[in-house]
Amino acid sequence: MADGVAAAIARHDTFPKLLLRNADMRGERPAMREKDLGIWQTWSWKDVLDEIRAFSIGLAGLGLKRGDKIAIIGQNRPRLYWSMCAAQALGAVPVPLYADSVAEEMAYVLAHAEVAAAVVEDQEQVDKLLSVASEVPSLTTIVYDDPRGLRDYDPEHLHAFEWVREKGRERLAASPEAKGEWEALIAEGKGSDLAILLYTSGTTGRPKGVMLSFDNLVISAQNGNRFDHLDESEEVVAYLPMAWVGDHIFSYAQSYCAGYCVACPESPETVIQDRRELGPTYFFAPPRVFENLLTMIMVRMEDAGRAKYKTFHAFLGLARRVGEKLLNGEKVSLTDRLLYRLGDFLVYGPVKNRLGFSRLKVGYTAGEAIGPEIFRFYRALGINLKQLYGQTEASVYITMQPDGEIHADTVGTPAPDVEIKIAESGEVLYRSPGVFLGYYRQEEATRATKTEDGWVHTGDAGFFDKSGHLKIIDRAKDVGKLTDGALFPPKYVENKLKFYPNIKEAVAFGDQRDMVACFINIDLTAVGSWAERNNISYASYQELSQHPQVIEAITGHVDQVNRDLAGEPMMAGAQIHRFLILHKELDADDGELTRTQKVRRSFIAERYGELIEALYDGSSEVHARTEVTFEDGRKGMIAADVKIIDMKVHAPAKGAEPKLAEAAE
Amino acid sequence: MRVDPQNGGPGSAPRKEAARQNGEVLLAVDDVSLSFGGVKAISHVSFDIRKGEIRAIIGPNGAGKTSMLNVINGFYHPQEGTITFKGATRRKMRPHEAASQGIARTFQNVALFKGMSTLDNIMSGRSLKMHRNFFWQLLWVGPAQREEIAHRRRVEEIIDFLEIQHIRKTPVGKLPYGLQKRVELGRALAMEPELLLLDEPMAGMNLEEKEDMSRFILDVSDQFGTTIALIEHDMGVVMDLSDRVVVLDYGSKIADGTPEEVRGNQKVIDAYLGVAH
Repeated sequence: MADGVAAAIARHDTFPKLLLRNADMRGERPAMREKDLGIWQTWSWKDVLDEIRAFSIGLAGLGLKRGDKIAIIGQNRPRLYWSMCAAQALGAVPVPLYADSVAEEMAYVLAHAEVAAAVVEDQEQVDKLLSVASEVPSLTTIVYDDPRGLRDYDPEHLHAFEWVREKGRERLAASPEAKGEWEALIAEGKGSDLAILLYTSGTTGRPKGVMLSFDNLVISAQNGNRFDHLDESEEVVAYLPMAWVGDHIFSYAQSYCAGYCVACPESPETVIQDRRELGPTYFFAPPRVFENLLTMIMVRMEDAGRAKYKTFHAFLGLARRVGEKLLNGEKVSLTDRLLYRLGDFLVYGPVKNRLGFSRLKVGYTAGEAIGPEIFRFYRALGINLKQLYGQTEASVYITMQPDGEIHADTVGTPAPDVEIKIAESGEVLYRSPGVFLGYYRQEEATRATKTEDGWVHTGDAGFFDKSGHLKIIDRAKDVGKLTDGALFPPKYVENKLKFYPNIKEAVAFGDQRDMVACFINIDLTAVGSWAERNNISYASYQELSQHPQVIEAITGHVDQVNRDLAGEPMMAGAQIHRFLILHKELDADDGELTRTQKVRRSFIAERYGELIEALYDGSSEVHARTEVTFEDGRKGMIAADVKIIDMKVHAPAKGAEPKLAEAAE
Repeated sequence: MRVDPQNGGPGSAPRKEAARQNGEVLLAVDDVSLSFGGVKAISHVSFDIRKGEIRAIIGPNGAGKTSMLNVINGFYHPQEGTITFKGATRRKMRPHEAASQGIARTFQNVALFKGMSTLDNIMSGRSLKMHRNFFWQLLWVGPAQREEIAHRRRVEEIIDFLEIQHIRKTPVGKLPYGLQKRVELGRALAMEPELLLLDEPMAGMNLEEKEDMSRFILDVSDQFGTTIALIEHDMGVVMDLSDRVVVLDYGSKIADGTPEEVRGNQKVIDAYLGVAH
């Protein structure tokens, strides 16, 4: 029997088994860090095993068993990551939720997944769970990490993490078999078992629970590690939502497979500072994060002294010219090489240090298209930033950019073990070991997405370019047509706009209409700083957004986008004829964005119906009244007069007949 | 399970009950009068503050609220009446004596060291508790080092408590007003006071900052058991936070009781809304 257990564990096909292996193979190496009271605390793989074992046995004592679902809610905390593994050791399935979802959103997922228990970060999450307790009858146990403010709560179903762990320790101390029994439970787990339920935030409709098996995650993580030569010496910072598949792969699956160290920041506000102290070697962020970092640096440089400002921009020019070539190993003259070295000493090094990228081996961005300018900026500094294309349903990886084949406008070649084909409609389909088991309790949706022979519809339209790299243009269902038949991929247009630091969000309309029109959201950081430098005073976002000079600047950006579009044969028809600057920031609290900050197009179309009408009826101004939700859940109204601007449309580039290529139809 | 944190302030019900049951008087103001030359700021005011409660002092502008706080922490010396703190009755006390006896306060207009970091500002609240002299601290060896590390730990706990980790090393002059107020509260907490006096802790704050601050005040009361006396203009905040309210008008006490009692008091309504003559 004991041999059977040992053999089963030696297969290393689940995370609890990998945990045992790591504690055995590299017990003293760091597995987890967290900054507490200003000092980094470190747990080795042995310590982590101790914590997880005690907590897991404690959970079993509370009645958690194989097949139960356990919700994990909170910011990235070591104990929440440990809870996932502790649950998996018992055969239970963790269901991480977005920590910032409101109680009603949570109630749906909790009830749909029929969770039996929840491990949460703090009082805020406990309060949310208690407020929807009546809608989730299956939920009987809540465990919290941070006891602050919870002293007066009824302790019957509510336990501190320490208390549960202590119960586990008592059991371990009292009975010598407890450890063996726990390991036998781990040995019962198989690679084909359901490992985790990840609810996708869903741009349309209710969230769907993606079921991923241990095989899906372990094989994908191992492929990812091999692709970028990641080993136990890596350090990563866990700061993205735990409910997101990206964080699950980068901060959990890959860490358990390679045995590298994951660090949790002190608080969400200190991430940049903490990253700088740690110097991660592997980093993942959606384009938004890279945009924000770049904006932050540029804004700060505007306030720097003349000498520093000049030096910075002189060397940045050099970096833009030769930096990428150096990174790709291309030929560069000796003078430029030497100058680049000097620049590294004076500018690039300090900038990288500031960003916490000094030790970075490889960085990834995915989720949305990244602005070519932004992408090149980081690469020019010598940061090996790459793009990948992935989905929750694929355990992330679909395509990745191999070293030396990096292009700003494509997402790379198929990842290891992944097959890709393009459907007639232009939609991208893939098949891989990472392909999900199905949507939890939604067979119909599963059948609509995953074919009998294992191909998955991505829902994205794209094509392979000459060098075999995939280029994604938009959601397949979003690619529309203007009344004159010209192709209209809204996201393609929006992304071109969003590449300007002044523009935070854009929503383009045009499907079944005679021209393209667009909403624009200004970026308060960038435009606000510009206003400050130019002595433009404003009282609110609303006022700033309608300031004539702001409108003028944005008009310039839109015109440049139109020029760019005119230069591309397929896209010339999608030039923006009219636009307006929205009087409020699009916000997930108002349901306008998803929790991952993606625009919910249909919702916006409904909510701002009168504004869209005004875009198409030729009026030059519209009065908008909009309901807003404050952070505490209360609602209010804001009203504003919004100006509508007419744009000049450029003639398509010579020899560029608007015709539909293979990409999308 | 106790459901509903939305109404009445989270966690407030059980705590308030405890405070009401616990009737021990921490500080008693007895028949205090204070005047500046011919101007009477406070006349014959008496009230008490019980251990563990949150006590609000309210009143229209110029009612003598801040003067009252200044009397309590020894900055002003009343011409008549006495103050009894922890059983010791007195008439005159210096502010630093009040501080060493366990009374800490924050100010109406933020009074921090603008050029110093958040950390150093809060650390300065510990200075009364430092026992090694200047030269020991300068050498920073042995006991002085151990002492500073112990104090730093306490300060880090406060930083964690107030969720201001991200501004630990930022000079406070660069911080927005709401955060400065929070740092000031941190410095007062660093003294580990028995009685915490807050002079308009939420003045000039937006709704979100006010909610955060209310939460911290409740947590301080909850977690550290600190007795709190606060002056505040936002009636919603006062009614939600405090266990008992004393109302001053033109230097005299016109009402004293629970928020509900005070809310219904005709004199209070008149004082706030004005009376037709």
